[in-house]
Amino acid sequence: MNENIPDLETVSVNKSFGDFRAVKDVSFSVPKGSFFSILGPSGCGKTTLLRMVAGFLEPSNGDILIKGRSVVNEPPNKRPVNMVFQHLALFPMMNIYENIAFGLKRRGESESVIKQKVGEVLERVGLPGVETRQADQLSGGQKQRIAIARCMVLDPDVLLLDEPLGALDLKLREHMKVELKKLQSEFNTTFIYITHDQSEALVMSDQVAVMNEGIFEQVGSSRELYYNPKTAFVAGFVGESNAWSGTVEQVKKDSVKIRTSSGFTLMAQTKGEDIKKGQKVKAFVRPESVRLALKAKEISSMENRVKGVVGNVLFNGANSRVLVQNPIDGAEIDVAIPQTGEFASLAKGQTIHIGWQHDQARCFADKSGAK
Amino acid sequence: MIGPRTKLGLILLMSPLLLWLTTLIIIPHLDMLYVSLREKVGVRQYEFGFGNYMTFFTEPLYWNTFARTAYMSIMATVLTLFIGFPISYYIAKIAKGRLKMALFLLCLVPFWVSELVRTFGWMILLRETGVISSFLQWSGIVNQPVEMLYNDAAIMVGLVYTSMLFMVVPLVTTLDSLDDSLIEAGYDLGASGFAILKNIVIPHAVPGIVTGSIVVFMLSLGNYLTPILLGGKSSLWFTGMIYSQFITRFNWEQGAAFGFLLLGLSSLIVFVGLKLSGQTLAKTMG
Amino acid sequence: MIPTIKQNPIIKLIYNSYVVLFFIYLALPLSVVAVFAFNDSQFPSLPWEGFTLTWFFGTEQPWLGVFNERRIMRSIGTSAFIALCVSFLSILVGTINAFLFERANFKFKGFLYVLMLLPLVIPGIILGISILVFSNFVANGVEDLTGWEIEALRPGLTLVVLGQFSFITTIATLVIAARLKKFDSSLEEAALNLGASQWQAIYHVTLPFLRPAMIGAGIVALLMSFENFNTTLMLVGSDAPLTITMFDRLKEGSTPVLNAVSLLLMIGSSALALVMIFFQKTDEKP
Repeated sequence: MNENIPDLETVSVNKSFGDFRAVKDVSFSVPKGSFFSILGPSGCGKTTLLRMVAGFLEPSNGDILIKGRSVVNEPPNKRPVNMVFQHLALFPMMNIYENIAFGLKRRGESESVIKQKVGEVLERVGLPGVETRQADQLSGGQKQRIAIARCMVLDPDVLLLDEPLGALDLKLREHMKVELKKLQSEFNTTFIYITHDQSEALVMSDQVAVMNEGIFEQVGSSRELYYNPKTAFVAGFVGESNAWSGTVEQVKKDSVKIRTSSGFTLMAQTKGEDIKKGQKVKAFVRPESVRLALKAKEISSMENRVKGVVGNVLFNGANSRVLVQNPIDGAEIDVAIPQTGEFASLAKGQTIHIGWQHDQARCFADKSGAK
Repeated sequence: MIGPRTKLGLILLMSPLLLWLTTLIIIPHLDMLYVSLREKVGVRQYEFGFGNYMTFFTEPLYWNTFARTAYMSIMATVLTLFIGFPISYYIAKIAKGRLKMALFLLCLVPFWVSELVRTFGWMILLRETGVISSFLQWSGIVNQPVEMLYNDAAIMVGLVYTSMLFMVVPLVTTLDSLDDSLIEAGYDLGASGFAILKNIVIPHAVPGIVTGSIVVFMLSLGNYLTPILLGGKSSLWFTGMIYSQFITRFNWEQGAAFGFLLLGLSSLIVFVGLKLSGQTLAKTMG
Repeated sequence: MIPTIKQNPIIKLIYNSYVVLFFIYLALPLSVVAVFAFNDSQFPSLPWEGFTLTWFFGTEQPWLGVFNERRIMRSIGTSAFIALCVSFLSILVGTINAFLFERANFKFKGFLYVLMLLPLVIPGIILGISILVFSNFVANGVEDLTGWEIEALRPGLTLVVLGQFSFITTIATLVIAARLKKFDSSLEEAALNLGASQWQAIYHVTLPFLRPAMIGAGIVALLMSFENFNTTLMLVGSDAPLTITMFDRLKEGSTPVLNAVSLLLMIGSSALALVMIFFQKTDEKP
């Protein structure tokens, strides 16, 4: 088969429930062997999309192709995709062996082949010898791996994962992120992973699609999404940001001057977007892009400068932040504290200078007001 | 948590329970056992012995009726299970929201009404001058009245009808607790509908099946109204024998022995059912 | 299998028709009973002779309506009296039992719990005869020793109440204990902390919380008592409750008066059941 045929491709897929359009015209393709995440807030349509790929929902229109072949008319038990369910759905009435053997038995494999394959897949997920145990005798992380093994033993073209880490506690979740990525590269199977947790998506994925209100806002690598968001939603949703809404006062080549309703003005970069004077816009600045200074002249070269008062210092090791109160609008600006020691003694009430260049602030047309 | 702190408090709290169980359950049954082991040898003269039980085994009418009652009750249980399972599945897994509530309540309706009324309804439907017979004549399928009452099939229809609720409620409860994603996972892994029913749905429903079957069997075994009214004079049902020994023949010793045999059979079935499914009475009933 | 899986339309059609047929089967006997209460004919059967309310309000034989049938009206009164007694007693003992099993710790608790469940697995007719045998034994004993005749221990109202109480209490206990299990005992601790005595805490905090379950148990007890037949049959004296009266009448031959009574029973029990559902709804959102 042609190596260039994507493992999964959707063509203008739509899904409506009554008047509600859950998925609007989504087209994407996932190349072979990649880890593809769909990231979005709850209710954005990502689960609907995944269930259409699995076959539990029918698209209202559009096509879904797996390895170039349309599968929309295939029932879920015939599709070459398998799914790891949100709560894993390990069969409680069967032991681990029976769980993993379930799909192979349905295919009519012989008992000896099944036994060998189950043993192999357990080896690969690092849990050899647990065949006779019951699912509830395993830890959360082990269950996770069994759920993946149960699918992988069938050698699917695409593995779908429906927020499987959601139920785990924080520490295990961190661990499982790395584990999942490893398993994916070991099996070299295409993973489609949906989540509302950006760090899960950013850490594991080759490609991330950010989904909002039924559409893909942007598809790209984690790095692209973080440093080069294409829409206001992506800028706000991926990573931490300080955000302002305002009106454009002045337009210069690729930068604009924005005034917020409370009178604060800032310069921001537009990058490709056609922004006109008088337009409503949103601007985003990442906390680590803001420069912190004890003296005003240290940041005198910056286009955006604020002389503020230290609000709260949020100590969190390397990710420590300071909230600086902006005297113009009273809002707090979130600023990362550099690990140089210079600001180790920062205290509440202290006067401080902050500033950033216009190209550190990204400006997008504000679509929320247009609706 | 407020609870009894002293021994006296505990005794006071326990006394209604003990009073109830000893005077209304335990001692009466022991007394009945005692009576069943007395043989009448003359007027107000008794001897200890197993004569009343021997009579049961030597008189074919008695043990035939006993076996028949057991067999028919098992049949009724199996039929109720087979008829009720698809309905329970429909209520638990397919119907949603209001429809689900409505169907479930509809299953409960017959239970709210006296068994006598339900049986009366079947009599009106099934007898020679009844609704079904009239309907069949009117539609030309038969040309004279048909008697559908007073046979085993009529008893079966009545028993299944009366017991349905006790099968549907536990089945709906257990099937409801089956996570839809397990069924989806089954499909996703390539199973057919039949394979899912066999490997996922039924294994999950075992506790409900056992509870329902035990209750239905017990109720059928101990039923009096349905077999007597729908089966007519010739309906041989063991509870009818007990009743006639007690009330008609005034042979309490024999009646008590019959009572114990029925109790023994019913307890045995409950016990075996619980053992086979690895459950306890407290879990099944509580 | 479930709505998210596409189903073969023919199978779906068959399944849906089966469900419809089932509910027709469920509704049919009760509907015919209700409909024939209004047939202007001496027998509850076809043909339809026209609509009448005679079977409710008729004043002359043989067209005597249910409201003017002394025997039936009397037995309704008797049934109501028995039901209220049983309901009251079983709520009382059931509540105490619930506290015993949820709040106290003692030896043989598990054993006592199983013992408490036993009345549910004993066929009703056997509960009836065992109590009959035992009460007769006590009454005879007392008479032989002292010459006193204790009426209450001979078949009659007292024994019927005790017989029904003996198994309905188990159900009341289960219902009330289930609610008490859900009680957040820190509410009691808060009451104690605010200066209430133990009794005050229970009276003002715990019992109001249990009230929906107590009312629910009471209504279940009323319904079960009203429709009980098997246990009552063995213990009944000269004051027959409704089910027994209807049974006797049914053996004599049915008239539409029985349909009329049955319809009243259906309306009564449905109304009670609706009250219970209402209380369970409020129970869910306290």
